[in-house]
Amino acid sequence: MSTQASNIVNAGPTAARAVKTKLRAQGLSMVFRRDGKETSVLDNISLDVHEGEFICLLGPSGCGKSTMLNAMAGFLAPTSGTVTIDDEAVVGPDPRRIFVFQERGVFPWLTVEGNIGFGLFKLSKEERERRIAYYIKLVGLQGFEKAYPQELSGGMKQRLEVARALAVNPDMLFLDEPFGALDSITRLIMRGELLRIWEQEKKTIIFVTHDIEEAVQLSDRVVVMSARPAKIQQIVEIDIPHPRDISSPRYLELRDGIFEQIGLAHKV
Amino acid sequence: MNSLVQPRKWEKVFWPLFAAAIFLAVWHYAVLLSASKVFPSPLDVVNGVEELSHKGVLGAYVVDSLRRVGTGFGLAVLFGVPLGLTLGWYPAAAQVVNPVIQMARPISPLAWIPLAIVWFGVGDAAAMYLIFLGAFFPIVVASMNGVRNVPSMFRRAGRNFGLSPAALLAKVVFPAALPQIIMGLRIALGIAWLVVVAAEMIAVDSGLGYLVIDARNSGKRYDLVVAAMLMIGVIGLALDLIFRRLEKIKSVRWGFRLEA
Amino acid sequence: MSLLVRLRPWAFIAVLLLAWQIAISRQPNHLLPDPITVLGAFVELARRGLLFKYIVASLFRVTWGFLLAAFVAIPAGLAIGWYRRTEMALNPLIQIFRPISPLAWIPISILWFGVGDIAAIFLIFLASALPLTLTAINAVESIPAVYVNAGRNFGLSQASLVYRVLYPAVIPQLIIGLRITLGIAWLVVVAAEMIAVNSGLGFLIVDARNAGNRYDLVVAGMIMIGLIGLCLDMGMRSLENIRSLRWGYSED
Repeated sequence: MSTQASNIVNAGPTAARAVKTKLRAQGLSMVFRRDGKETSVLDNISLDVHEGEFICLLGPSGCGKSTMLNAMAGFLAPTSGTVTIDDEAVVGPDPRRIFVFQERGVFPWLTVEGNIGFGLFKLSKEERERRIAYYIKLVGLQGFEKAYPQELSGGMKQRLEVARALAVNPDMLFLDEPFGALDSITRLIMRGELLRIWEQEKKTIIFVTHDIEEAVQLSDRVVVMSARPAKIQQIVEIDIPHPRDISSPRYLELRDGIFEQIGLAHKV
Repeated sequence: MNSLVQPRKWEKVFWPLFAAAIFLAVWHYAVLLSASKVFPSPLDVVNGVEELSHKGVLGAYVVDSLRRVGTGFGLAVLFGVPLGLTLGWYPAAAQVVNPVIQMARPISPLAWIPLAIVWFGVGDAAAMYLIFLGAFFPIVVASMNGVRNVPSMFRRAGRNFGLSPAALLAKVVFPAALPQIIMGLRIALGIAWLVVVAAEMIAVDSGLGYLVIDARNSGKRYDLVVAAMLMIGVIGLALDLIFRRLEKIKSVRWGFRLEA
Repeated sequence: MSLLVRLRPWAFIAVLLLAWQIAISRQPNHLLPDPITVLGAFVELARRGLLFKYIVASLFRVTWGFLLAAFVAIPAGLAIGWYRRTEMALNPLIQIFRPISPLAWIPISILWFGVGDIAAIFLIFLASALPLTLTAINAVESIPAVYVNAGRNFGLSQASLVYRVLYPAVIPQLIIGLRITLGIAWLVVVAAEMIAVNSGLGFLIVDARNAGNRYDLVVAGMIMIGLIGLCLDMGMRSLENIRSLRWGYSED
């Protein structure tokens, strides 16, 4: 299965980055059996994710991209195929790769501080407090340290979850349509925030979305996936440096190219 | 919750049987080891059930208990549902009546026995009155809450389409409240079954509850006592399952999307 | 709410009392009391020191039986809910035991414990343990998988997972279940006392009738039962309002 099929030629200069493979998925297949019926969700997918890159899995709802993300993070065992991270086989969830669910993943019985400190049980008290303070500042939740999630807005809860994920200093972040429950204005703000955090913390990020604009705005590479059973249809390299001008010709060219790939007319 | 492997289908039958087998074995050997002369072993209980059905007593008593439950519960539904609907529909009425309901509810139906006997004498009527009491309050509360919890947007949509208040109640509010009402009925039936057994211990001379007390009093027949208890459990469970079937009817099922 | 609206329920109660009074005075049934006589009965009980004594006795039994049941049933129920196969195994057994009225256990409990407090406490224990187990099982099964997955993601050991995720997540539902089960326990204590002991509110009702047809005491007893049951319920409801627990009750 080819992993280099970019049909956008003359890619401009990409940001200098060591192309070291962080995660390698090979021959991933997932078949769900339920009540005697078999549903094939993933079909022999192979993908290399580079260290430090921001990569998007893009596809229509229900195509299996979440399943793939869960398999890569170790929450689901694939029916066949392997996933390795740093050449180590993935057998289960691990604090080195934190999954960011949607806002509903924050623990409602803990305050903001409590949530962020959740994974820090191995550290000393001072170190823990230091980290919590740092990440509260990083995601912009100052003043809400003692607040409970039910007192926060959707966007704030999402930021809290990102802070909680980052606090344990993982190598990788997996985000499964994290902004899906937010209104579109908050979504724009959150995208900017996520990029800012990514550029500061330099983690490898795998981001699942069904929003083409979001994918092109955020990622270094977009993995376009077909409908179920999912295959990789195409990988598009987004070579525009950040901050991206969403009305630049290059942006529109890349975006429209993906639109066409998925087969959508874009006149409303 | 914790299993990473999905249990297979056969396991749904295997594990309960396994647990039941262990339970019976422990019971059997406990009786054996304690050399109790009185406490029955599982086998004794089975024999007890046979003996009762041979004598025709079992069938008659079951019918008696069911009859009392049916009457008491039926009356509770007849009076309780309309009352609950009214209270739910007119919040002012609910506000007025609620404290009385809240005070009356914790009074065990059995605490009413002396009064019931004064009013109805010893016998079926008193027992049925107690069952009525036991079922009445849960039914009223469930019906009331069912109506209250109908989202206001349903009512507004009904009025939007020009429904009269009566039609609104019948065509929109009642169907919307039905799942919760039926769940309340199921719970009330469970309570009614508990009460009938208790009431029969005290106020009548037939039925499964009576059997539990009588078997002990006239001869320490604990095998019959446990046999009666077993019947009580099985029939109570059957009643509950039948009701759950009701909840599965499509026009009601939408309200139970969380139930497996 | 305006004062008038607030007073309406009490006006309703007053109306009921009045109707009661009238009904009795119209039909002087030598047995049934009118409200004033019942009031007198209260005073009499208080003066004889019985009111307090009986209330304490009933509360004592209910507390012991209920707490014992909570300590046994909640951990058991949580464990059963957590391990799917255990739930599959034990559920049918629980479902068969559940419809058996605690009072049907009276002969057995007297056989095992004799007549007296222990038998009564045993009955309350039985009556509380089953609903609490079911509540705990239900609570565990309703924990959203995200919480468990997040816990595992952060590398929590099994023990930490139980202590730091499962336990906080089930508390709101457990508290509601505790409140409902306390109500059940209160119903049962009254019934149990009618049969197996010689003090308490349930006993009062039976005894007052048997030893002299004192229906005024009977009704006084019934009212006390209702009031205390209501207080217990309200007490439990206030637990649901503690801030750090309130998250479980807000609709997200």
